[in-house]
Amino acid sequence: MSSDLHELAAPYALDALDADERERFERHLAECERCSAQLAELQEAAGALAFAAEGPEPPPSLRGRILESARAESSGKVVAFPPHRWALPAVATIAAVAACVAIGLGIWAGSLSHSLDRERSAKAGYARAFELLGGGAQVKALAGGEGALLVAPGGGKAALVVCGLSPAPAGRTYEAWVIEDKTPRPAGLFRGGGGCPPVLLEREVPAGATVAVTLERKGGAQRPTGSILFHSAAV
Amino acid sequence: MSATIGDVRPGALPLVRLRPAAGGREILRKDVAQLSDEALLEAVADSDEAALGELYDRFGRVAYGLALRILRDATLAEDAVQEAFLQVWRGATGYRRERAKASTWVLTFVHRRAVDLVRREERRRGDPSGALPEPAGPGADDAVVARSRREIVQDALSRLPADQREAIELAYYGGLTQSELAERLSQPLGTIKSRMFSGLQRLHALLVEAGFESA
Repeated sequence: MSSDLHELAAPYALDALDADERERFERHLAECERCSAQLAELQEAAGALAFAAEGPEPPPSLRGRILESARAESSGKVVAFPPHRWALPAVATIAAVAACVAIGLGIWAGSLSHSLDRERSAKAGYARAFELLGGGAQVKALAGGEGALLVAPGGGKAALVVCGLSPAPAGRTYEAWVIEDKTPRPAGLFRGGGGCPPVLLEREVPAGATVAVTLERKGGAQRPTGSILFHSAAV
Repeated sequence: MSATIGDVRPGALPLVRLRPAAGGREILRKDVAQLSDEALLEAVADSDEAALGELYDRFGRVAYGLALRILRDATLAEDAVQEAFLQVWRGATGYRRERAKASTWVLTFVHRRAVDLVRREERRRGDPSGALPEPAGPGADDAVVARSRREIVQDALSRLPADQREAIELAYYGGLTQSELAERLSQPLGTIKSRMFSGLQRLHALLVEAGFESA
């Protein structure tokens, strides 16, 4: 299976995969250093092909329309995260975070005291998540935590970026849930810790759903038993 | 962050003071026209609208030409370019210069958007394989730099073995998936994949040899 996946790098670079194949390859890419390195070269060659297609000038109005929509988005889409609210009884083990990060349109706002390291780590976390999901990912703020839920353009695939979360205590694990119509469904386990690592969810996040995280016994649960530590805005 | 307008040496380019970032920091940057493509994209990641405009000025025409060739419809091509640039605007924080040239990164969005649109249109028309791509037309203006880039790439393409070139052109300009290609060319899927792989690798080598710089 995995050797098949390696072979998808060239068709992926040429956008010659259907949606399912593309998704499978992107999941593989997240774990395969060799493929990432190889893909860079293949994509560079594929990108150059664009120059051979150069034709007529676009209509002059197109530039203005693009800038106008970008401006409209900036005013509505910047996501500002609330200051950390980790001090819930159930989450005494979770480290407090001083930084306050705003992203969405690449805006990194923060208190002047936030460390460069934290900013770098957050930036790398988001960069990785955007890489996994494609650049047009929607960004949803987290309530009760620092970070965001990112949902791939046009469908369901999603990643959580959570910053400053302590590693789960021994024998416990963080578990993500996709909550739709008040029904939580398990969406993957993660350990936490280490800056702002993105967590690719194992379940798609449909429109209207939210994603929440609880602390569960090692191995995870089918229904949440812990209280919600933090959750995303509705997708 | 401590640079001020007063730091500019005589004859140096003026610094443009952008709006302060939230948190009280101010970003000082050279005029966007002086930035490399990569630095420009990083400025876009800082939500700099002027940088987005400059990015469009550098790549809008190539983007539109590409979208038009794939979609063969001016309105759809405009939609694809607009959506792709907005994706760039939203996603520029994900760009890392050590992983890709800015032009590659931007044009990848344009290509993917155009291919997604052409597949959707063809499904609607019940024509899964689509028409063969048209040959690239001559440019409408005398942008010498752009034309020479076009010529370099076209020349490199023409030096690929015919079966590799065919697979690459049908996929990239025609928007066909590898499975559609295998069917159209009556070849096993593995053959198609290896033609694409060898062709792209060869193309990369030829472009490096020709000194192709998309920036």
